[in-house]
Amino acid sequence: MSTILQQAAPMATATRGAIRIEDVVKIYDPEGAAVMAVDHCSLDIKAGEICMIVGPSGCGKTTLLNAIAGFHDITSGRILLDGELLCGDEKPKAEPGSDRIVVFQNGALFPWKTNLDNVAFGPIMQGRLKPAEAREKALSMMADAGLSGVESNYPGEISSGMRRRVEIVRALMNEPKVLLLDEPYRALDSLTKSVMHEALLEIYYKNKVTIFFITHDLEEAIFLGHKVAIMTTRPCKPKKILEVDIPHPRDYSVLTSRRFRELIEETNEAVHEEALKAFAAGEKEG
Amino acid sequence: MIPVRKSLISTAVCRGIFSILLFLLLWEFGSRSRHWLVLDEFEWLRHLLAMAGWEKKYLPWIGPIPAPSEVLKAWGGVIGDIGYWHSWYKSFSRVIGGFIAAMIIGIPFGLLLAVSRTAFGIGFPVFEVLRPIPPLAWVPASIIFWPTQEMSIVFVTFLGAFYTIVINVVGGARSIDLRYFQAAQSMGSSSWDIFRRIILPGTLPSIAVGSAVGMGITWEVVVAAEMISGGGSQVGGTSGGGLGFFIWNSYVGGSYEQIVVGMISIGIAGFISSELLRTLGKYSTPWLRLR
Repeated sequence: MSTILQQAAPMATATRGAIRIEDVVKIYDPEGAAVMAVDHCSLDIKAGEICMIVGPSGCGKTTLLNAIAGFHDITSGRILLDGELLCGDEKPKAEPGSDRIVVFQNGALFPWKTNLDNVAFGPIMQGRLKPAEAREKALSMMADAGLSGVESNYPGEISSGMRRRVEIVRALMNEPKVLLLDEPYRALDSLTKSVMHEALLEIYYKNKVTIFFITHDLEEAIFLGHKVAIMTTRPCKPKKILEVDIPHPRDYSVLTSRRFRELIEETNEAVHEEALKAFAAGEKEG
Repeated sequence: MIPVRKSLISTAVCRGIFSILLFLLLWEFGSRSRHWLVLDEFEWLRHLLAMAGWEKKYLPWIGPIPAPSEVLKAWGGVIGDIGYWHSWYKSFSRVIGGFIAAMIIGIPFGLLLAVSRTAFGIGFPVFEVLRPIPPLAWVPASIIFWPTQEMSIVFVTFLGAFYTIVINVVGGARSIDLRYFQAAQSMGSSSWDIFRRIILPGTLPSIAVGSAVGMGITWEVVVAAEMISGGGSQVGGTSGGGLGFFIWNSYVGGSYEQIVVGMISIGIAGFISSELLRTLGKYSTPWLRLR
């Protein structure tokens, strides 16, 4: 995994996948008791940027992700992808599409399909590739991501770290503009997590896409992100936006660098404040 | 890895054989109580039983039942009889007929209830009112409204499996995680794709469970239906009536050994069908045989 720097392969550059979130409000109204999940949230994500969304559990980060993915509607405001309206006042819910692929918190690989068939699923569904071609491409993508040997296994037969990687490769097979990651490494132990971080960066350097990454792990956020948006606890909006000036490509030596520590110090207080607020409000985990 | 030496017969199989042998031995011993209970050595046991109000010269419950050795002899007598095998054939064809009809109607019906709110709203209340009616309560009505007795037995058998299959399909399809639908939708799946590639495979484990349970019920139902309806036998005798009628006929004819032969035959038949379904279920859901 430490081959990233030595190879110095030309990094792909992304020209698409800029997300613009303008004044988005989301009010849940389950039984008359209106709950504001997102409060006038604005955020600009450049094409090919890794944007990390940090906030306490249950603060409304996932609501934002669901709005971009088109799984839920928004109450007001609008979201644009490359200048085109995804959802806005006249169209509160975006259409789900293969330009925005979600990697779910608990994983959503189809348990009844082999890993290879999972990875090949998207292009076949979109009719872009014939099944045989899709499988061939899936094979080479999986080999690139260090997943050779698990193609014919079912997702239930491999480790959870492997599953996350298969799922990210499955997402990339759709050639998305944006990858939406919802705390994908939450359930992993810290050692697996560190391996997964470098693997994600390696995949990212090869296929530049915009990454919208939700986490509540500040170190993970600063290590991976170009930009870190620290969100307030419910209702959710950016409290502090940090541009991480550590150059990419990065590897794990970054974690011990002075700049990394400085950035942690700069942001730790803001995160801690929100965590305390969330704790006091008695928000449930999740 | 250290190679594990596999013995020809595993511990589990040994235990199984031991348990069956022990059961047969106790049964044989109990059935022969009329021979040994009268001996002087067992006078104490007779007194004990007399104190409990049992005056007969054999053990309660087990005493009047024919011993396994006698059953085996009776089995030897009927095993060459075409009528006995015809009973097997009759019961099996009724079970398979009813069961397959239940699958063909039950699986699509269950899926329809699961995917369509309208269908659920219209279909489910009626289904839930009919479901608690035991299949055997349908026997008289079934005889009235089906033209042949054969059809009425198959219908009752069908009912036995139908409800279980439908309930399992509805439950299975509804418990498929929302994330799978969202992921499939994002990747450009049409409604038909989602049905075929998410709902169908996602429901398959529940279909397998539902059919295994349903198969068990069909055997319970077919035997009782055969007894009540006289087995649909036009020929008379033991032929043509199915295993349920075979038992009933043996009872009427006073051949107690044959009753037990019939009972064990049903046990074996049920075991064969369940095992067949289990194998089929495993084969169709390979992702569940993990690790």
